[in-house]
Amino acid sequence: MNEPPAPIERTEAGDFLVRLGRDERELLRRLAAELEELLAAEPEDPSLRRLRPRAYEDDEVEREFHSLMGAELESGRLENLRWLAETVGRDRLDSEGLDRWLAALNDLRLVLGTRLDVAEDQFADGFDPSAPNAYELAVYALLTWLQEAAVEAASTALQDQRDLGPDDDGGER
Amino acid sequence: MISATQAPGVVELERPAEDEEERHDRPWIVVVWNDPINLMSYVTLVFQKLFGYSLAKATELMLQVHQEGKAVVSSGTREKAEHDVARLHAHGLWATLRQD
Repeated sequence: MNEPPAPIERTEAGDFLVRLGRDERELLRRLAAELEELLAAEPEDPSLRRLRPRAYEDDEVEREFHSLMGAELESGRLENLRWLAETVGRDRLDSEGLDRWLAALNDLRLVLGTRLDVAEDQFADGFDPSAPNAYELAVYALLTWLQEAAVEAASTALQDQRDLGPDDDGGER
Repeated sequence: MISATQAPGVVELERPAEDEEERHDRPWIVVVWNDPINLMSYVTLVFQKLFGYSLAKATELMLQVHQEGKAVVSSGTREKAEHDVARLHAHGLWATLRQD
């Protein structure tokens, strides 16, 4: 069976090619907008819990941490979702643009996956089109397929950058 | 969810005061927990990008998270550990910190 070409691929020029149809792009734009809206309208919605994991076990220390870091994390998240919505029509991304796609795609997967209560091996037995949540599962599978391609492309770029020599980001900071 | 996976923190409260000094010297560790959504390849990429780990080291840590449920991915001062946790959260990973 022929594999379809990867939806996101690193080019020889070093940037990234986006190979998506109009419907897929429109779906992504809509999902990003919907999540942005949900974050604003229902910030305590249970499907958002994986976006904001706890850092500390202790409630009081956790509140302190959240008051220090929460706003910045939230604004970064919104920026990435808006970026995805704004650039979803593009055929090329630079590496920073791809990183922001990766973050936004991952947030979408986290929320949809939480809502669907997916398992690690969700599609091990294949996809059942007659399932009551088949549409959402199909969207989750699409996001996963895209994310896998984006990670593969970004990983290739990272290894190439490291192979080129000392101009990488070094050891642990 | 996190509270269920660790021992209750009652012990800390009963610790005698003279241990405070010693406790300040112990490093803070950052733990990443397994979850069913984040892709293994994505977790490996994030470890490489955030901590500068080699592909081999990042893969080893990812597999530890995947197979054992958690792994210590970095350690240091409390400030550094909090910074690392925030960056991991920004990338959608489930990370916590505690003093070793």
